[in-house]
Amino acid sequence: MIELSDFLILGAILFCISLAGIFLNRKNIIIILMAIELMLLAVNMNFVAFSHYQGNIDGQIFVFFILTVAAAEAAIGLAILILLFRTKRTINVDRLDSLKH
Amino acid sequence: MSIEPILFYIFSTILVLASAAVVTVRNPVYAALCLVLAFFTCAAVWLLLEAEFLALVLILVYVGAVMVLFLFVIMMLDINLVRAKEGFIKYLPAGGFVAFLILIEMAVVLGPENFGIEVTGEPLKHAADYSNTKELGVALYTHYAYPFEIAGALLLLAIVAAISLTMRRRPDSKYQDPAEQVAVKREDRVRLVKMPSENKQ
Repeated sequence: MIELSDFLILGAILFCISLAGIFLNRKNIIIILMAIELMLLAVNMNFVAFSHYQGNIDGQIFVFFILTVAAAEAAIGLAILILLFRTKRTINVDRLDSLKH
Repeated sequence: MSIEPILFYIFSTILVLASAAVVTVRNPVYAALCLVLAFFTCAAVWLLLEAEFLALVLILVYVGAVMVLFLFVIMMLDINLVRAKEGFIKYLPAGGFVAFLILIEMAVVLGPENFGIEVTGEPLKHAADYSNTKELGVALYTHYAYPFEIAGALLLLAIVAAISLTMRRRPDSKYQDPAEQVAVKREDRVRLVKMPSENKQ
């Protein structure tokens, strides 16, 4: 029998991998965006698991809305990324410091 | 032992390996493809949780739309692969330590003593003719009707924002300006020329 804690810990592992991914890929915004998508997936995993074990459909409704927001976020994020590359010719996070100077 | 735990462990192993590959591989195209694999296996795990509609929506929306968008953008941009992985080793200790610490904390809270099968009880087994899509739809169109409409407005806003951000107005392109077309006057189009009539030959 699979327990609820198995799914929750799977979600926690996914979340921590994507968190480490944000730390490691400081040169590449695309990988950071993918890591954010993975983080949202981990949260969705928790929602679906609780929804199943509580016998309550509301968690799945929340996942539905999170998917919507994540799709909008990915579209706008990639649009900003293209704009950034067009103006600065780089997607290196460390070189995006024009507000500092 | 039933087949469900075996399937769960197979799929979650693939899921963890694929997501680890997403954040570590050098080439962003491979990272996007690993993310596609992660979404597929996550959909399989959600099928084990009897969330059939969301599992299929995850494949359709994420793999079908979002990841294709990612791949388009990756292939459009000219990324320096050697420079893209600089600093990976430098940030590895800090990132790994923070992630490991958070994982330990979460595992302590979410462990079997708090969320085990003795605490939560057995999940409700549905009959064979149970429709997850129907139940989701009933809740979505009655109790969550307003949030559903707000989600639609949000998607429209995302379309408008993405297009307006990336659209480039080229100076040499010929396009119509409806306001200028409507505001046109007779004097702009027709010029009456006074000239004397010619004599008959």
